[in-house]
Amino acid sequence: MTALLLVEQTLNGLQFGVMLFMIAAGLTLIFGIMDVINLAHGSLYMAGAFVGATVTARTGSFGLGVLAGAAAGALLALVMELAVIRRLYARDHLDQVLATYALILTFNEGVKVLWGPAPIFLAAPPPLAGTVEVLPGVPYPAYRLVVIVVGLAAALFLGWLIGRTRLGMRIRAGTTNRETVEALGVDIGVLFALVFAIGGALAGLAGVMAGPVLAVQVGMGEQILILAFVVIVVGGLGSVRGAFAGALLVGLADTWARAFLPVLMRGLLPPAAADQVAANLGSVAVYLLMAVVLAVRPQGLFPRHA
Amino acid sequence: MRERVAVLAVAVLLIAAPFVLEALDEAFLLSVLTRMLAYALAAAALDLVLGYGGMVSFGHGAFLGTGAYVAGVLLHHRAEATPVIASPFRIGGTAEGLVAWPAAAAASGLLALAIGAVSLRTRGVHFIMITLAFAQMVFFLVLALPQYGGTDGLMVPDRNVLAGFPLRGDAPLYWVALVLVALFLAVARTAMAARFGLALRGARMNERRALALGLPVYRLRLAAFTLSGAVTGLAGAILANQASFVSPDLLSWQRSGELLVMVILGGKGTLFGPVLGAIFLLAAEEELAALTEHWMLILGPALLLLVLFSRGGLWRLVTGRCGDA
Repeated sequence: MTALLLVEQTLNGLQFGVMLFMIAAGLTLIFGIMDVINLAHGSLYMAGAFVGATVTARTGSFGLGVLAGAAAGALLALVMELAVIRRLYARDHLDQVLATYALILTFNEGVKVLWGPAPIFLAAPPPLAGTVEVLPGVPYPAYRLVVIVVGLAAALFLGWLIGRTRLGMRIRAGTTNRETVEALGVDIGVLFALVFAIGGALAGLAGVMAGPVLAVQVGMGEQILILAFVVIVVGGLGSVRGAFAGALLVGLADTWARAFLPVLMRGLLPPAAADQVAANLGSVAVYLLMAVVLAVRPQGLFPRHA
Repeated sequence: MRERVAVLAVAVLLIAAPFVLEALDEAFLLSVLTRMLAYALAAAALDLVLGYGGMVSFGHGAFLGTGAYVAGVLLHHRAEATPVIASPFRIGGTAEGLVAWPAAAAASGLLALAIGAVSLRTRGVHFIMITLAFAQMVFFLVLALPQYGGTDGLMVPDRNVLAGFPLRGDAPLYWVALVLVALFLAVARTAMAARFGLALRGARMNERRALALGLPVYRLRLAAFTLSGAVTGLAGAILANQASFVSPDLLSWQRSGELLVMVILGGKGTLFGPVLGAIFLLAAEEELAALTEHWMLILGPALLLLVLFSRGGLWRLVTGRCGDA
C-alpha cells in the first residue's frame, strides 16, 4: 500500500516538476539575458490554458488545443515584450515589478471579461483518459505520463537549443556578458524578442498541459509563478540546468509533503481537520526547502558565474 | 518650504475630517478613512526599507496579516474565554490594546527578523522573489489554522480597549490611527536624518563604500527590515479593529503588491508620499469599483502608464521635491 502510494506520488511529483520547469525555464532565461523580472509570466501560462481549452472545445481536437495554447503564449509574450518590457530594460527591478504587476491585474480582469469568473473545464483526450500499469499492480493515469514525457521533451529541446545551436550560443553569451554580445554585432533586440517568445511558448504549453490536471481559472498563473520563483531561487538565477534541477526538487517536495503529511497527521487530529491542516502545511514544505538552500548556498544550486 | 506647507495642509485636513464629516452627516466615511490611515502606516513603514534602504520587499502583506491576526485572535479568545496557549503556561486572550498592539507589532517584527535574516543574504531580484515566497509561506501557515477560520477568515467579535477605554464607534479608532501615523512619521523622519538613517541610505547608494567605512550593513538592513515589519503589523492590528474581520487575504501577494504600489504612487523615500499614495490608491479603488465591476481593467493600465511615464510620484507633484535618491 505505502509502496504503491510512493510510486504514484513520485510520478505526480515528477509531473508537477516538469510543468514547473516549463515555466521557470522561460523566466530564468529572461532574467539571465535581459535582467528583467517578469511577474506577468504567469499570465502567459494562464493565456495558454484558456486559449487551449477554448480551441479544444471548438475543434474537438486536444492536439490543436495544445498547439494553440503554445502559440497564444508565444504571441502574447511577443506583444508584451514589444509594448511594455522593452521600455523596462533600462529601469530598476522595482519598476519592472510594478509594471508587470499592473499587467497581471489587467490580464486577470481581461480573462474574467472574456471567459467569465468561473473555472472552465478541459478534459484529457479520450485515448489518454484511462490508466496505464506502470509497475505490476500500480495503475497510473496515462495523461499524466504524457505530461511527464512532454515536459522532458521540452527540457531536452531547450538543452539542445541552448547547448548546440548558434541561437543558443548567443543566448549563453548574452547571460554572461550582454554588452560584449551587442558589441560583436548581434541584434540584441531580435534576440530578446526571440527569448521572450520561446519562454512564452513554453509557459503556454505548460498551461494547456496543466488544464486537465489542475483547474483552468483566473489566478492560476500567480500560484504557479510564485513556485517558479522558488524553483529559480533554488536552482540559481539564469541557469536552465538549475531550473530543471530546482523544478524536480520543488515538484517532488511539494507533492510528497502534501501526500504524506495527512497520513502522518491523522494520528494527531480528527481526519477532516488533519487533511486540511496537512494540505496547507504541505504547501509550506517547498518554502522551507528554499530557506535551507539559501542558508547553505545563497546563489542557488547552480550559480551562474561559477 | 512647499514640503512644510503640504505636510501641514494634510495634517489639518486629517484632523478636521471627523468634524467635517460629522457636520455633513457622512460620519460613516470615517471608517473608510481609518482603513486608509492603517494602510498609510503600512506603506510608510514599507518606504523605510524600500525608499531609504533600497530593499524591494514583496512580502509586507505577511507582516500586515500577522499583526491583524494577532489582534484578532487575542480578541477572539477573550470573547470565547479560552486560552490562546494552555500549556506550558497559560496565555489568555485580551481586549486591551496596550497589550494586544505591542504583541501584534512584536509578532510581525519577529517574523520580519526571521525572514530578513535569510532574505538579506541576497540582493536585487533574489530578494524580491524570496520575500514574495516567504510571505506565501506565512499565507499557507495561516490557512493551516482551522480553529481561526482557515480560508474563510475570522470574525473579530469586539474592538480593542485602550487603557480600559472602549474604542466603540468610528471616531476613537480614527484618532488612534491618526496618532500612530503621525508618531511613526516623526520618529522615522528623525531616525532617517540621524546616524542610523544616514548609514542605511549610504549603504543603498554605495554598499562597497559603506562596508569599507566599517558600517555593519547587514545588521543595519536587518534592523530597518524588522522595524518596518513591526510597524506594518501594528497597521494590521488597526485593520482588524476597523473591519471586525481578519482573513488570509491580508497576507496574500496581492496585498504586498498593493503596498508597493502605494509607496511608488506617493513617491519612495519621502515617508509622507506613501501616506498620500495609500489614501489616493484606496480612494481610486473605491471610486472605480462603484463605476464598473471590471475596475481592474482601468486600474491596471493606469498603473502601467504611471510606472512607465512618471517619476517621483504624488509627493513630487505636491512639493516639487524628489525622494531620497
